[in-house]
Amino acid sequence: MEQFIITPTVRIVLIGLYIFLFALMGIFKILQIMKKNVDNWLIRTRSFIFITIIFTVAVCSCVVGAYLLIGLLSYLALKEFFSFTPTRTTDRKVILWAYCSIPIQLYIIYSHWVVLFYLFIPLYVFLLITVRMVIASNTDGFLKSLATIQWGLMTSVYALGYLALILTIPFKYNPAGGSVGLLFYILLITVTNDFMQMFCGKAFGKHKIIPKVSPNKTWEGFLGGVIATTIFSMVVAPFLTPFSSLQAAFAGFVLAIAGFFGDVAMSAVKRDMGVKDTSSLIPGHGGVLDRFDSLIFTAPLFFHYFAYINPIVIARGH
Amino acid sequence: MFFCKLFKYLLFLFIIKPFIYLGLGVNVSGINNLPKIDKGASIIVANHNSHIDTLLLMSLFSCSQILKIHPVAAADYFCNTKFKQFVFTKLLGIIPISRKVQKATKEEIFKDINEKLREGETIIIYPEGTRGENNELNKFKSGIAHIAKMNPDIPVIPCYINGPDKILPKGAFLWVPFIADVYVAEPIYYNNTPTKEFTEQIRKVVENLKNEHKKKEEL
Repeated sequence: MEQFIITPTVRIVLIGLYIFLFALMGIFKILQIMKKNVDNWLIRTRSFIFITIIFTVAVCSCVVGAYLLIGLLSYLALKEFFSFTPTRTTDRKVILWAYCSIPIQLYIIYSHWVVLFYLFIPLYVFLLITVRMVIASNTDGFLKSLATIQWGLMTSVYALGYLALILTIPFKYNPAGGSVGLLFYILLITVTNDFMQMFCGKAFGKHKIIPKVSPNKTWEGFLGGVIATTIFSMVVAPFLTPFSSLQAAFAGFVLAIAGFFGDVAMSAVKRDMGVKDTSSLIPGHGGVLDRFDSLIFTAPLFFHYFAYINPIVIARGH
Repeated sequence: MFFCKLFKYLLFLFIIKPFIYLGLGVNVSGINNLPKIDKGASIIVANHNSHIDTLLLMSLFSCSQILKIHPVAAADYFCNTKFKQFVFTKLLGIIPISRKVQKATKEEIFKDINEKLREGETIIIYPEGTRGENNELNKFKSGIAHIAKMNPDIPVIPCYINGPDKILPKGAFLWVPFIADVYVAEPIYYNNTPTKEFTEQIRKVVENLKNEHKKKEEL
Protein backbone atom coordinates (compact mmCIF):
# COMPACT_ATOMS: atom_id res chain seq x y z
CA MET A 1 0.00 0.00 0.00
CA GLU A 2 1.11 3.50 -0.85
CA GLN A 3 2.29 5.44 2.16
CA PHE A 4 3.16 9.04 2.93
CA ILE A 5 6.77 10.02 3.54
CA ILE A 6 7.01 11.23 7.12
CA THR A 7 10.22 13.20 7.52
CA PRO A 8 12.21 13.38 10.79
CA THR A 9 11.23 17.04 11.30
CA VAL A 10 7.52 16.16 11.10
CA ARG A 11 8.15 13.43 13.64
CA ILE A 12 9.84 15.93 15.98
CA VAL A 13 6.84 18.28 15.87
CA LEU A 14 4.38 15.40 16.33
CA ILE A 15 6.27 14.08 19.35
CA GLY A 16 6.49 17.65 20.67
CA LEU A 17 2.72 17.98 20.33
CA TYR A 18 2.14 14.75 22.27
CA ILE A 19 4.53 15.84 25.03
CA PHE A 20 2.75 19.21 25.21
CA LEU A 21 -0.73 17.64 25.36
CA PHE A 22 0.20 15.08 28.00
CA ALA A 23 2.01 17.76 30.04
CA LEU A 24 -1.14 19.89 29.82
CA MET A 25 -3.17 16.91 30.95
CA GLY A 26 -0.78 16.41 33.89
CA ILE A 27 -1.06 20.06 34.92
CA PHE A 28 -4.84 19.91 34.87
CA LYS A 29 -4.80 16.64 36.85
CA ILE A 30 -2.62 18.31 39.51
CA LEU A 31 -4.93 21.34 39.57
CA GLN A 32 -7.87 18.97 40.00
CA ILE A 33 -6.20 17.33 42.97
CA MET A 34 -5.69 20.85 44.37
CA LYS A 35 -9.51 21.19 44.18
CA LYS A 36 -9.50 23.73 41.33
CA ASN A 37 -12.45 23.57 38.93
CA VAL A 38 -10.75 22.40 35.73
CA ASP A 39 -13.06 19.50 34.77
CA ASN A 40 -14.03 21.12 31.49
CA TRP A 41 -10.38 21.69 30.52
CA LEU A 42 -9.54 18.12 31.38
CA ILE A 43 -12.30 16.82 29.09
CA ARG A 44 -11.20 19.17 26.29
CA THR A 45 -7.58 18.12 26.53
CA ARG A 46 -8.56 14.47 26.54
CA SER A 47 -10.64 15.00 23.38
CA PHE A 48 -7.68 16.76 21.78
CA ILE A 49 -5.36 13.87 22.55
CA PHE A 50 -7.94 11.51 21.08
CA ILE A 51 -8.22 13.58 17.87
CA THR A 52 -4.42 13.75 17.58
CA ILE A 53 -4.15 9.96 17.92
CA ILE A 54 -6.78 9.40 15.20
CA PHE A 55 -4.93 11.86 12.95
CA THR A 56 -1.57 10.18 13.57
CA VAL A 57 -2.91 6.70 12.91
CA ALA A 58 -4.69 7.77 9.71
CA VAL A 59 -1.69 9.62 8.27
CA CYS A 60 0.85 6.96 9.22
CA SER A 61 -1.22 3.99 8.02
CA CYS A 62 -1.57 4.68 4.31
CA VAL A 63 -2.64 7.27 1.75
CA VAL A 64 -6.18 5.89 1.52
CA GLY A 65 -6.56 5.99 5.32
CA ALA A 66 -5.86 9.73 5.38
CA TYR A 67 -8.35 10.37 2.58
CA LEU A 68 -11.00 8.33 4.37
CA LEU A 69 -10.48 10.33 7.57
CA ILE A 70 -11.00 13.61 5.69
CA GLY A 71 -14.08 12.09 4.04
CA LEU A 72 -15.43 11.10 7.45
CA LEU A 73 -14.79 14.64 8.72
CA SER A 74 -16.78 16.08 5.81
CA TYR A 75 -19.57 13.58 6.39
CA LEU A 76 -19.89 14.36 10.09
CA ALA A 77 -19.79 18.11 9.45
CA LEU A 78 -22.41 17.91 6.70
CA LYS A 79 -24.66 15.70 8.84
CA GLU A 80 -24.48 18.22 11.69
CA PHE A 81 -25.25 21.05 9.31
CA PHE A 82 -28.33 19.34 7.83
CA SER A 83 -29.52 18.37 11.31
CA PHE A 84 -29.61 21.88 12.78
CA THR A 85 -30.88 23.70 9.72
CA PRO A 86 -34.56 23.22 8.92
CA THR A 87 -35.11 21.28 5.71
CA ARG A 88 -38.39 20.39 4.04
CA THR A 89 -39.58 16.77 3.98
CA THR A 90 -39.42 16.82 0.17
CA ASP A 91 -35.68 17.58 0.40
CA ARG A 92 -34.82 14.12 1.72
CA LYS A 93 -33.67 12.75 -1.62
CA VAL A 94 -31.86 16.00 -2.48
CA ILE A 95 -29.88 15.70 0.75
CA LEU A 96 -29.05 12.09 -0.09
CA TRP A 97 -27.56 13.34 -3.38
CA ALA A 98 -25.62 15.96 -1.43
CA TYR A 99 -24.04 13.23 0.71
CA CYS A 100 -23.03 11.32 -2.42
CA SER A 101 -20.78 14.22 -3.46
CA ILE A 102 -18.34 13.38 -0.63
CA PRO A 103 -16.97 10.06 -2.01
CA ILE A 104 -17.02 11.39 -5.55
CA GLN A 105 -15.01 14.46 -4.59
CA LEU A 106 -12.53 12.32 -2.66
CA TYR A 107 -12.04 10.14 -5.73
CA ILE A 108 -11.48 13.22 -7.90
CA ILE A 109 -8.80 14.48 -5.51
CA TYR A 110 -7.27 11.03 -5.20
CA SER A 111 -6.87 10.84 -8.97
CA HIS A 112 -5.20 14.32 -8.94
CA TRP A 113 -7.83 15.78 -11.25
CA VAL A 114 -7.50 19.21 -9.66
CA VAL A 115 -9.40 21.21 -12.28
CA LEU A 116 -12.49 19.06 -11.79
CA PHE A 117 -12.13 19.40 -8.02
CA TYR A 118 -12.27 23.20 -8.40
CA LEU A 119 -15.48 22.92 -10.41
CA PHE A 120 -17.20 19.84 -8.99
CA ILE A 121 -19.08 21.22 -5.95
CA PRO A 122 -19.28 24.91 -6.90
CA LEU A 123 -20.63 24.16 -10.38
CA TYR A 124 -21.69 20.59 -11.15
CA VAL A 125 -23.14 19.58 -7.79
CA PHE A 126 -24.72 23.03 -7.62
CA LEU A 127 -26.52 22.33 -10.91
CA LEU A 128 -27.34 18.70 -10.06
CA ILE A 129 -28.86 19.62 -6.70
CA THR A 130 -31.05 22.13 -8.51
CA VAL A 131 -32.08 19.45 -11.00
CA ARG A 132 -32.95 16.99 -8.24
CA MET A 133 -34.95 19.63 -6.41
CA VAL A 134 -36.88 20.47 -9.56
CA ILE A 135 -37.72 16.77 -9.93
CA ALA A 136 -38.95 16.76 -6.31
CA SER A 137 -41.32 19.56 -7.44
CA ASN A 138 -41.97 21.50 -4.27
CA THR A 139 -41.71 25.21 -5.07
CA ASP A 140 -42.56 26.44 -1.55
CA GLY A 141 -39.28 27.68 -0.09
CA PHE A 142 -37.39 26.37 -3.13
CA LEU A 143 -34.64 28.99 -3.25
CA LYS A 144 -34.12 29.01 0.51
CA SER A 145 -33.68 25.24 0.59
CA LEU A 146 -31.35 25.35 -2.39
CA ALA A 147 -29.18 28.01 -0.75
CA THR A 148 -29.09 26.12 2.58
CA ILE A 149 -27.98 22.86 0.99
CA GLN A 150 -25.38 24.56 -1.22
CA TRP A 151 -23.93 26.49 1.73
CA GLY A 152 -23.58 23.25 3.65
CA LEU A 153 -21.82 21.61 0.71
CA MET A 154 -19.47 24.53 0.07
CA THR A 155 -18.34 24.66 3.70
CA SER A 156 -18.41 21.05 4.86
CA VAL A 157 -17.38 19.31 1.65
CA TYR A 158 -15.66 21.73 -0.72
CA ALA A 159 -13.66 23.81 1.75
CA LEU A 160 -12.73 20.83 3.95
CA GLY A 161 -11.84 18.95 0.74
CA TYR A 162 -8.83 21.25 0.48
CA LEU A 163 -7.32 19.25 3.34
CA ALA A 164 -7.25 16.26 1.00
CA LEU A 165 -5.97 18.43 -1.84
CA ILE A 166 -3.03 19.52 0.34
CA LEU A 167 -2.12 15.83 0.64
CA THR A 168 -1.67 15.57 -3.15
CA ILE A 169 1.18 18.13 -3.21
CA PRO A 170 4.26 16.22 -4.47
CA PHE A 171 7.10 15.67 -2.01
CA LYS A 172 9.67 17.59 -4.08
CA TYR A 173 7.91 20.92 -3.41
CA ASN A 174 8.33 20.53 0.32
CA PRO A 175 11.47 18.50 1.16
CA ALA A 176 11.26 19.55 4.82
CA GLY A 177 7.91 17.92 5.60
CA GLY A 178 6.24 16.58 2.49
CA SER A 179 2.49 16.86 2.05
CA VAL A 180 1.88 15.50 5.56
CA GLY A 181 3.98 18.36 6.94
CA LEU A 182 1.78 20.89 5.14
CA LEU A 183 -1.46 19.27 6.39
CA PHE A 184 -0.04 19.13 9.88
CA TYR A 185 1.03 22.80 9.62
CA ILE A 186 -2.44 24.07 8.66
CA LEU A 187 -4.12 22.00 11.39
CA LEU A 188 -1.65 23.21 14.03
CA ILE A 189 -1.90 26.87 12.99
CA THR A 190 -5.71 26.79 12.95
CA VAL A 191 -6.04 25.09 16.33
CA THR A 192 -3.38 27.32 17.91
CA ASN A 193 -5.18 30.38 16.59
CA ASP A 194 -8.53 29.18 18.02
CA PHE A 195 -6.92 28.49 21.35
CA MET A 196 -4.90 31.73 21.56
CA GLN A 197 -7.89 33.89 20.54
CA MET A 198 -9.95 32.31 23.29
CA PHE A 199 -7.10 32.44 25.82
CA CYS A 200 -6.21 36.11 25.13
CA GLY A 201 -9.91 37.00 25.11
CA LYS A 202 -10.41 35.41 28.54
CA ALA A 203 -7.22 36.90 29.97
CA PHE A 204 -7.31 40.49 28.63
CA GLY A 205 -10.69 40.83 26.88
CA LYS A 206 -12.44 44.19 27.36
CA HIS A 207 -13.63 45.72 24.06
CA LYS A 208 -16.20 43.69 22.18
CA ILE A 209 -15.38 43.20 18.52
CA ILE A 210 -18.67 41.95 17.07
CA PRO A 211 -21.20 41.78 19.93
CA LYS A 212 -24.31 41.02 17.86
CA VAL A 213 -22.84 37.81 16.45
CA SER A 214 -20.53 36.57 19.14
CA PRO A 215 -20.67 38.47 22.45
CA ASN A 216 -17.60 36.71 23.88
CA LYS A 217 -15.21 37.82 21.12
CA THR A 218 -13.04 40.82 21.95
CA TRP A 219 -10.46 42.99 20.17
CA GLU A 220 -7.85 41.90 22.70
CA GLY A 221 -8.53 38.24 21.97
CA PHE A 222 -8.45 38.81 18.22
CA LEU A 223 -5.19 40.80 18.21
CA GLY A 224 -3.58 38.50 20.77
CA GLY A 225 -4.50 35.51 18.62
CA VAL A 226 -3.13 37.08 15.45
CA ILE A 227 0.19 38.02 17.09
CA ALA A 228 0.59 34.63 18.82
CA THR A 229 -0.27 32.71 15.66
CA THR A 230 2.19 34.76 13.59
CA ILE A 231 4.99 34.03 16.04
CA PHE A 232 4.00 30.35 16.33
CA SER A 233 3.97 30.05 12.54
CA MET A 234 7.54 31.41 12.35
CA VAL A 235 8.68 28.88 14.97
CA VAL A 236 7.05 25.82 13.46
CA ALA A 237 7.36 26.60 9.73
CA PRO A 238 11.01 25.49 9.26
CA PHE A 239 10.06 22.00 10.49
CA LEU A 240 7.03 21.51 8.30
CA THR A 241 7.13 23.89 5.31
CA PRO A 242 9.60 25.37 2.83
CA PHE A 243 8.60 28.93 3.85
CA SER A 244 11.17 31.61 4.69
CA SER A 245 10.52 33.32 8.03
CA LEU A 246 8.90 36.31 6.31
CA GLN A 247 6.62 34.03 4.29
CA ALA A 248 5.78 32.04 7.43
CA ALA A 249 4.95 35.19 9.36
CA PHE A 250 2.64 36.38 6.58
CA ALA A 251 0.98 32.92 6.40
CA GLY A 252 0.37 32.94 10.17
CA PHE A 253 -1.00 36.49 10.01
CA VAL A 254 -3.45 35.81 7.16
CA LEU A 255 -4.56 32.40 8.48
CA ALA A 256 -5.24 33.86 11.95
CA ILE A 257 -7.57 36.50 10.47
CA ALA A 258 -9.27 33.92 8.23
CA GLY A 259 -9.67 31.53 11.17
CA PHE A 260 -11.33 34.27 13.20
CA PHE A 261 -13.87 34.88 10.45
CA GLY A 262 -14.53 31.15 10.07
CA ASP A 263 -15.34 30.96 13.75
CA VAL A 264 -17.57 34.04 13.67
CA ALA A 265 -19.37 32.96 10.48
CA MET A 266 -20.37 29.64 12.02
CA SER A 267 -21.47 31.48 15.19
CA ALA A 268 -23.73 33.66 13.05
CA VAL A 269 -25.31 30.60 11.42
CA LYS A 270 -25.77 28.89 14.78
CA ARG A 271 -27.31 32.05 16.26
CA ASP A 272 -29.70 32.26 13.32
CA MET A 273 -30.81 28.66 13.90
CA GLY A 274 -30.97 29.07 17.69
CA VAL A 275 -28.50 26.34 18.56
CA LYS A 276 -25.53 26.54 20.89
CA ASP A 277 -23.51 23.55 19.71
CA THR A 278 -23.85 21.78 16.39
CA SER A 279 -23.82 18.38 18.13
CA SER A 280 -22.28 16.69 21.17
CA LEU A 281 -19.90 14.35 19.36
CA ILE A 282 -16.61 15.69 20.79
CA PRO A 283 -16.81 15.93 24.60
CA GLY A 284 -15.97 19.46 25.79
CA HIS A 285 -15.92 20.94 22.29
CA GLY A 286 -19.41 20.34 20.87
CA GLY A 287 -19.68 19.08 17.33
CA VAL A 288 -17.27 18.68 14.43
CA LEU A 289 -18.49 21.97 12.97
CA ASP A 290 -17.84 23.75 16.28
CA ARG A 291 -14.27 22.48 16.40
CA PHE A 292 -13.31 22.75 12.74
CA ASP A 293 -15.25 25.87 11.72
CA SER A 294 -12.10 27.99 11.31
CA LEU A 295 -10.55 25.30 9.13
CA ILE A 296 -13.27 25.94 6.54
CA PHE A 297 -11.77 29.37 5.91
CA THR A 298 -8.10 28.61 6.45
CA ALA A 299 -7.61 25.40 4.44
CA PRO A 300 -8.39 26.79 0.93
CA LEU A 301 -6.49 29.98 1.68
CA PHE A 302 -3.40 28.06 2.77
CA PHE A 303 -3.43 25.82 -0.30
CA HIS A 304 -3.53 28.76 -2.71
CA TYR A 305 -0.94 30.68 -0.73
CA PHE A 306 1.40 27.70 -0.95
CA ALA A 307 0.69 27.26 -4.65
CA TYR A 308 1.46 30.96 -5.21
CA ILE A 309 4.77 30.84 -3.36
CA ASN A 310 5.96 27.58 -4.98
CA PRO A 311 4.22 27.36 -8.33
CA ILE A 312 3.28 23.69 -8.29
CA VAL A 313 2.00 21.23 -10.85
CA ILE A 314 -0.24 18.55 -9.41
CA ALA A 315 -3.01 18.50 -11.97
CA ARG A 316 -3.38 15.78 -14.53
CA GLY A 317 -3.27 17.17 -18.04
CA HIS A 318 -6.93 18.18 -18.32
CA MET B 1 -30.26 -19.81 22.72
CA PHE B 2 -26.72 -18.86 23.67
CA PHE B 3 -25.75 -18.31 20.04
CA CYS B 4 -28.81 -16.16 19.45
CA LYS B 5 -27.80 -13.94 22.37
CA LEU B 6 -24.20 -13.79 21.18
CA PHE B 7 -25.43 -12.84 17.71
CA LYS B 8 -27.59 -10.04 19.12
CA TYR B 9 -24.72 -8.79 21.29
CA LEU B 10 -22.22 -8.70 18.42
CA LEU B 11 -24.78 -7.24 16.01
CA PHE B 12 -25.35 -4.26 18.29
CA LEU B 13 -21.68 -3.85 19.22
CA PHE B 14 -20.24 -3.87 15.71
CA ILE B 15 -23.03 -2.83 13.37
CA ILE B 16 -26.03 -1.13 14.94
CA LYS B 17 -24.30 1.01 17.58
CA PRO B 18 -21.62 2.40 15.20
CA PHE B 19 -24.38 3.07 12.67
CA ILE B 20 -26.55 4.89 15.23
CA TYR B 21 -23.77 6.90 16.90
CA LEU B 22 -21.39 7.64 14.01
CA GLY B 23 -23.61 7.20 10.98
CA LEU B 24 -26.55 9.10 12.44
CA GLY B 25 -25.87 10.64 15.87
CA VAL B 26 -28.11 10.97 18.92
CA ASN B 27 -28.81 13.80 21.36
CA VAL B 28 -30.41 12.55 24.57
CA SER B 29 -32.03 14.78 27.15
CA GLY B 30 -33.21 13.39 30.45
CA ILE B 31 -30.61 10.63 30.31
CA ASN B 32 -30.90 10.17 34.09
CA ASN B 33 -34.52 9.08 33.67
CA LEU B 34 -33.44 6.04 31.66
CA PRO B 35 -34.25 2.85 33.60
CA LYS B 36 -31.53 0.67 35.08
CA ILE B 37 -32.17 -2.46 33.03
CA ASP B 38 -30.19 -4.69 35.37
CA LYS B 39 -32.20 -3.62 38.43
CA GLY B 40 -35.56 -4.86 37.14
CA ALA B 41 -38.26 -4.60 34.53
CA SER B 42 -39.60 -1.42 32.99
CA ILE B 43 -41.92 -0.44 30.15
CA ILE B 44 -40.50 2.04 27.63
CA VAL B 45 -43.15 3.93 25.69
CA ALA B 46 -42.44 6.09 22.65
CA ASN B 47 -43.93 7.70 19.57
CA HIS B 48 -43.41 5.72 16.38
CA ASN B 49 -42.46 7.02 12.94
CA SER B 50 -39.80 4.68 11.63
CA HIS B 51 -38.04 1.35 12.07
CA ILE B 52 -35.06 3.39 13.27
CA ASP B 53 -36.97 4.19 16.51
CA THR B 54 -36.36 0.75 17.99
CA LEU B 55 -32.66 0.63 17.08
CA LEU B 56 -32.26 4.15 18.49
CA LEU B 57 -33.92 3.37 21.83
CA MET B 58 -32.02 0.11 22.26
CA SER B 59 -28.68 1.74 21.40
CA LEU B 60 -29.05 4.05 24.40
CA PHE B 61 -28.19 1.07 26.61
CA SER B 62 -25.03 -1.00 26.89
CA CYS B 63 -24.74 -4.17 24.79
CA SER B 64 -25.25 -6.51 27.75
CA GLN B 65 -28.36 -4.56 28.80
CA ILE B 66 -29.73 -4.71 25.25
CA LEU B 67 -30.06 -8.50 25.62
CA LYS B 68 -32.73 -7.83 28.24
CA ILE B 69 -34.79 -5.46 26.08
CA HIS B 70 -37.68 -6.75 23.98
CA PRO B 71 -39.55 -4.51 21.55
CA VAL B 72 -43.23 -5.38 21.19
CA ALA B 73 -44.04 -5.62 17.49
CA ALA B 74 -46.95 -6.41 15.22
CA ALA B 75 -47.19 -10.14 14.47
CA ASP B 76 -48.77 -9.54 11.05
CA TYR B 77 -45.79 -7.44 9.91
CA PHE B 78 -42.76 -9.06 11.55
CA CYS B 79 -43.82 -12.70 11.71
CA ASN B 80 -45.71 -13.27 8.47
CA THR B 81 -43.08 -15.67 7.13
CA LYS B 82 -41.15 -18.44 8.90
CA PHE B 83 -37.82 -16.75 8.12
CA LYS B 84 -38.89 -13.34 9.43
CA GLN B 85 -40.33 -14.99 12.52
CA PHE B 86 -37.01 -16.70 13.24
CA VAL B 87 -34.91 -13.57 12.66
CA PHE B 88 -37.07 -11.19 14.68
CA THR B 89 -38.20 -13.35 17.60
CA LYS B 90 -35.17 -15.57 18.10
CA LEU B 91 -32.27 -13.35 17.00
CA LEU B 92 -33.55 -9.88 17.90
CA GLY B 93 -35.86 -10.83 20.75
CA ILE B 94 -39.05 -9.05 19.75
CA ILE B 95 -42.38 -10.01 21.32
CA PRO B 96 -44.98 -10.47 18.57
CA ILE B 97 -48.48 -9.23 19.33
CA SER B 98 -51.63 -9.58 17.26
CA ARG B 99 -53.11 -6.31 16.06
CA LYS B 100 -56.51 -7.87 15.26
CA VAL B 101 -59.13 -7.74 18.00
CA GLN B 102 -59.74 -11.29 19.17
CA LYS B 103 -62.32 -12.77 21.48
CA ALA B 104 -59.70 -13.63 24.05
CA THR B 105 -59.12 -12.51 27.59
CA LYS B 106 -56.60 -9.75 28.29
CA GLU B 107 -54.39 -12.25 30.10
CA GLU B 108 -54.12 -14.32 26.92
CA ILE B 109 -53.33 -11.36 24.63
CA PHE B 110 -50.61 -9.99 26.91
CA LYS B 111 -49.34 -13.40 28.08
CA ASP B 112 -45.90 -13.13 26.43
CA ILE B 113 -45.41 -9.54 27.59
CA ASN B 114 -46.37 -10.32 31.19
CA GLU B 115 -44.07 -13.30 31.18
CA LYS B 116 -41.06 -11.20 30.14
CA LEU B 117 -41.88 -8.45 32.63
CA ARG B 118 -42.13 -10.99 35.44
CA GLU B 119 -38.72 -12.33 34.44
CA GLY B 120 -37.39 -8.81 35.07
CA GLU B 121 -36.85 -7.91 31.43
CA THR B 122 -37.70 -4.60 29.78
CA ILE B 123 -40.13 -4.05 26.91
CA ILE B 124 -40.44 -1.25 24.36
CA ILE B 125 -43.95 -0.53 23.16
CA TYR B 126 -45.40 1.98 20.69
CA PRO B 127 -48.98 2.71 21.78
CA GLU B 128 -49.82 4.39 18.47
CA GLY B 129 -50.00 0.85 17.13
CA THR B 130 -48.30 1.67 13.83
CA ARG B 131 -45.78 4.02 12.29
CA GLY B 132 -47.21 7.52 11.82
CA GLU B 133 -46.48 9.99 9.06
CA ASN B 134 -45.27 13.63 9.04
CA ASN B 135 -44.10 13.28 12.65
CA GLU B 136 -47.64 13.57 14.01
CA LEU B 137 -48.56 12.07 17.37
CA ASN B 138 -51.59 9.82 16.81
CA LYS B 139 -54.11 8.48 19.29
CA PHE B 140 -52.68 6.00 21.81
CA LYS B 141 -54.27 2.54 22.07
CA SER B 142 -55.22 1.48 25.58
CA GLY B 143 -53.16 -1.75 25.58
CA ILE B 144 -50.36 0.06 27.37
CA ALA B 145 -52.68 0.92 30.26
CA HIS B 146 -53.82 -2.71 30.54
CA ILE B 147 -50.20 -3.86 30.72
CA ALA B 148 -49.46 -1.26 33.41
CA LYS B 149 -52.60 -2.30 35.31
CA MET B 150 -51.51 -5.94 35.34
CA ASN B 151 -47.99 -4.91 36.48
CA PRO B 152 -48.61 -1.94 38.80
CA ASP B 153 -45.12 -1.97 40.36
CA ILE B 154 -43.27 -1.69 37.04
CA PRO B 155 -42.39 1.86 35.93
CA VAL B 156 -43.61 3.25 32.59
CA ILE B 157 -41.02 5.52 30.94
CA PRO B 158 -42.48 7.79 28.24
CA CYS B 159 -40.04 8.94 25.53
CA TYR B 160 -40.27 11.26 22.56
CA ILE B 161 -38.11 10.61 19.52
CA ASN B 162 -37.49 13.27 16.89
CA GLY B 163 -35.68 12.67 13.62
CA PRO B 164 -36.41 9.12 12.41
CA ASP B 165 -39.33 10.46 10.36
CA LYS B 166 -36.70 12.23 8.26
CA ILE B 167 -34.10 9.46 8.38
CA LEU B 168 -36.29 6.59 7.22
CA PRO B 169 -39.98 7.51 6.90
CA LYS B 170 -42.69 4.91 6.42
CA GLY B 171 -42.43 3.46 2.93
CA ALA B 172 -38.94 4.81 2.20
CA PHE B 173 -36.26 2.44 1.00
CA LEU B 174 -33.03 4.39 1.57
CA TRP B 175 -32.15 6.18 4.75
CA VAL B 176 -30.73 9.73 4.87
CA PRO B 177 -28.41 10.59 7.79
CA PHE B 178 -29.63 13.15 10.32
CA ILE B 179 -28.92 13.57 14.03
CA ALA B 180 -31.87 12.28 16.08
CA ASP B 181 -33.13 13.60 19.44
CA VAL B 182 -34.45 11.42 22.25
CA TYR B 183 -36.29 12.96 25.21
CA VAL B 184 -36.85 10.77 28.27
CA ALA B 185 -39.48 11.68 30.89
CA GLU B 186 -39.63 10.65 34.53
CA PRO B 187 -41.13 7.18 35.19
CA ILE B 188 -44.83 6.95 36.03
CA TYR B 189 -46.66 4.08 37.77
CA TYR B 190 -50.20 2.81 37.38
CA ASN B 191 -52.37 4.78 39.78
CA ASN B 192 -55.77 3.00 39.77
CA THR B 193 -57.32 5.46 37.30
CA PRO B 194 -59.45 3.99 34.50
CA THR B 195 -57.32 2.61 31.66
CA LYS B 196 -58.52 5.26 29.19
CA GLU B 197 -57.46 8.06 31.50
CA PHE B 198 -54.10 6.44 32.17
CA THR B 199 -53.48 6.07 28.43
CA GLU B 200 -54.32 9.75 27.99
CA GLN B 201 -51.99 10.61 30.87
CA ILE B 202 -49.06 8.87 29.14
CA ARG B 203 -49.90 10.55 25.84
CA LYS B 204 -49.89 13.95 27.56
CA VAL B 205 -46.35 13.33 28.84
CA VAL B 206 -45.11 12.38 25.36
CA GLU B 207 -46.87 15.42 23.91
CA ASN B 208 -45.20 17.67 26.48
CA LEU B 209 -41.81 16.28 25.47
CA LYS B 210 -42.70 17.01 21.85
CA ASN B 211 -43.60 20.61 22.72
CA GLU B 212 -40.34 20.94 24.63
CA HIS B 213 -38.50 19.96 21.46
CA LYS B 214 -40.54 22.37 19.31
CA LYS B 215 -39.73 25.24 21.67
CA LYS B 216 -36.03 24.46 21.27
CA GLU B 217 -36.35 24.55 17.48
CA GLU B 218 -38.18 27.85 17.43
CA LEU B 219 -35.64 29.67 19.60
